Amino acid sequence: MNSNLKDKITAWEPAAVWSESGDGLFTVPADRFRALAERLHAEGFDFLRSLTGMDWGEEGFGVVYHLEATSTGENVVLRTLTPDRENPVLPSVCDLWKGANLNEREAFDYFGIRFLNHPDMRRLYLRDDWVGYPLRKDYDPAQNPLRMSNEVAKDSTASFELMPDGSIIRKRNVLFEEEEYVINIGPQHPATHGVLRFRVSLEGEIIRKLDAHCGYIHRGIEKMCEELTYPQTLALTDRLDYLGASQNRHALCMCIEKGLGIEVTDRVKYIRTIMDELQRIDSHLLFFSCLCMDMGALTAFFYGFRDREKVLDILEQTTGGRLIQAYNTIGGVQADIHPEFVRKTKEFIAYMRPLLREYHEVFTGNVIAQERLKGTGVLTREDAISFGATGGTGRASGWACDVRKRHPYAAYDHVKFDEVLFTEGDCFARYMVRMREIEQSLNIIEQLIDNIPEGDYQLKMKPVIRIPEGSYYAAVEGSRGEFGVFIESRGDKYPYRMKFRSTGLPLVACLDTIARGAKIADLIAIGGTLDYVVPDIDR
Amino acid sequence: MFDFSIITSWVHGLLTSWMPEGLAIFLECVIVGVCLLLMYAVIAIVMIFMERKVCAAFQCRLGPMRVGPWGTVQVFCDVIKMLTKEIITIRHSDRFLYNLAPYIVILASVLAFACLPVSRGLEILDFNVGVFFLMAASSIGVVGILLAGWSSNNKYSLIGAMRSGAQMISYELSIGLSILTIVVLTDTMQFSEIVERQADGWFLFKGHLPALIAFVIYLIAGNAEVNRGPFDLPEAESELTAGYHTEYSGMHFGLFYVAEFVNLFIISGVAATIFLGGWMPLHISGWEGFNTVMDYIPGFVWFFAKAFFVVWLLMWIKWTFPRLRIDQILTLEWKYLVPIGLVNLLLMVIVVVFKLHF
Repeated sequence: MNSNLKDKITAWEPAAVWSESGDGLFTVPADRFRALAERLHAEGFDFLRSLTGMDWGEEGFGVVYHLEATSTGENVVLRTLTPDRENPVLPSVCDLWKGANLNEREAFDYFGIRFLNHPDMRRLYLRDDWVGYPLRKDYDPAQNPLRMSNEVAKDSTASFELMPDGSIIRKRNVLFEEEEYVINIGPQHPATHGVLRFRVSLEGEIIRKLDAHCGYIHRGIEKMCEELTYPQTLALTDRLDYLGASQNRHALCMCIEKGLGIEVTDRVKYIRTIMDELQRIDSHLLFFSCLCMDMGALTAFFYGFRDREKVLDILEQTTGGRLIQAYNTIGGVQADIHPEFVRKTKEFIAYMRPLLREYHEVFTGNVIAQERLKGTGVLTREDAISFGATGGTGRASGWACDVRKRHPYAAYDHVKFDEVLFTEGDCFARYMVRMREIEQSLNIIEQLIDNIPEGDYQLKMKPVIRIPEGSYYAAVEGSRGEFGVFIESRGDKYPYRMKFRSTGLPLVACLDTIARGAKIADLIAIGGTLDYVVPDIDR
Repeated sequence: MFDFSIITSWVHGLLTSWMPEGLAIFLECVIVGVCLLLMYAVIAIVMIFMERKVCAAFQCRLGPMRVGPWGTVQVFCDVIKMLTKEIITIRHSDRFLYNLAPYIVILASVLAFACLPVSRGLEILDFNVGVFFLMAASSIGVVGILLAGWSSNNKYSLIGAMRSGAQMISYELSIGLSILTIVVLTDTMQFSEIVERQADGWFLFKGHLPALIAFVIYLIAGNAEVNRGPFDLPEAESELTAGYHTEYSGMHFGLFYVAEFVNLFIISGVAATIFLGGWMPLHISGWEGFNTVMDYIPGFVWFFAKAFFVVWLLMWIKWTFPRLRIDQILTLEWKYLVPIGLVNLLLMVIVVVFKLHF
């Protein structure tokens, strides 16, 4: 972080304490935090990259905020905490950054931190009858035996407000009125692409309100990581966004390498970049297929899957896996590329380019597809930034949010490619962004594939990896947005806290805003073009 | 051209020589009914097999290949499977209406199916207001669908049924208008008569421009009438899981499924009958030799060839286009098809009055 910004923040909030460990961050007292957050938001820090709940043991509970100014590209990391372990209360920032809404619910779910003035303080992933808060360090799993009863859907939620006399009152907020026609879309529904559940209030075909329920495939990966050594944690990242397995693992490896202070060889960087781009093509082809299927064009669905198979074959030959690749390791990759990898990849590039035209003929140009996608589900640029809806969704709204451009990593500073930007923010723009990105990914691979430098594919690592004390954040451009990894280390061989910035959670967060006033069929198109993957939302 | 009434009158003569006339007619009705249902089932099986093969061809697949040569026995297996499956009763559903609904749908479908003249002398329901009867009978189906959606006590089913009601009742209008256009040209509503009048040329050619417009409108509206893509909103699987028949299982679901496919055949058969000459061979006036050769091909071959050609057209459309949205479907009908259909009807009247047709 540049010293200029550091001085500014110290001037705005003298109580903020700078600490150098890891990436470096400011510690702000809870009672002063809200004012500083408002100031930072007003000064252009409009993008909340990540919000991480924390249990610092003796110090108490708190939250780490990663903020970025989209206009200047400046980053700042803040943390705030409360020493009260019985009733931790912190100010909410969900009115400043809309994306904080679900993230604060997640922190409440995991740590029991109640956020003042948050309109909807429900658990996000776990059941309402869950006892205790699982990511607290003093949590006892025996409190929660396997429950065999159904969870009853509640139509109300709670919010907490601070009274002038210092006491906190609980308010009841109504989600759905008694007379509303509420239907469940999901968790078992063909168009939610996994076990995501929406409760939708309808007026005829028109959506009045949408309430997303997550957690049907929640596995507690962040909790599991705290009991695994660093190399062991790698196995879990592939299970987050399974269409971005390569990129997720890349992000975690980068974060650990950053903590260890090691630099991988150029060969590794090139291989990782090519793998990430192949993975992106894989994901975008699946996106095309599934969107077509959701829209009822079943023939186009098969076209996408036919060609995705070719990508998977290439990936399989080198990594051994088709969906779960387990390829990146700390300091390198698992194995060198297959002798046929270069030839097959080049063949694929030559094969894929003309087929994209076929896709446009069979689906994009279709009058029904255009009528259904154009002008529906508009997400404005301000909302995209506020929600932190990165990836193709953000770029369709005109926000240049590509991590490959903002914070170049691996070999992305060696290649020329365009960041695909649209300004409409509707379903069609989101669709076109991804179709164009396939072309850009092909361009990137084409530039790298013949120039993979010689060198080791794996650095020699110590058998036991310990990251120096501090907190680290690294992000890659996943298939559907910024995928970030936040590690807080206390110098052990286990992470003290590991948090994954989900690419899908902000997309789900903005769904209510986009879908209001749309029709049921539009919700399917919106969900299809937002392109979320549920295991990545639930973690 | 072989006349099937020779066989039917021979059977009638045979029966009346053995038994009183009343009993003979009763027996004939039973035989005809059984034959009708048998043909209905066979057509459904052929349609399902065709759908799977055609859709596979469009999707770069092979379709069913394992059971029997080219998978031909697959559909029979599926039918047996469907027959053996349990019909699950749904709690809190309106039991009587829930069980009644599939039969209403199938009844409407069979009634409409009985109107199709398959070959010369081979028509079951054939009287002077046949067209009128067909339209009346086929529109009973929507009642079954609405009942199915309502009685299932499922919100998805209800939305599907409402969509279906809005869609089918709207598109009935366009179908009626386009058929009426041809009725104006023929001045008869009897199907056998309609076919006979096409001996010197199919109405699609005789009625030229207005008949062509009516044919296109009929195909679009007919597709919507049978709830098939791109108009398959009532059962849009990615939106409403299965729409009005979500809660049906076993043969009750099977009845909806079969009715949907045979309805597609009926729509195509009617299109073949009123626009493409039904069982009437292709005749070109002046080419006597050609016409004689064409007459050697039996009528039912002509009819089925034409009907399945239209079926194939509709399948092509279904497997290519994405689904429309409910407001777009209604806009298409009320703002485009109905006005065009009305103007087209007027155009046909002018053509007929001034004898501009061939």
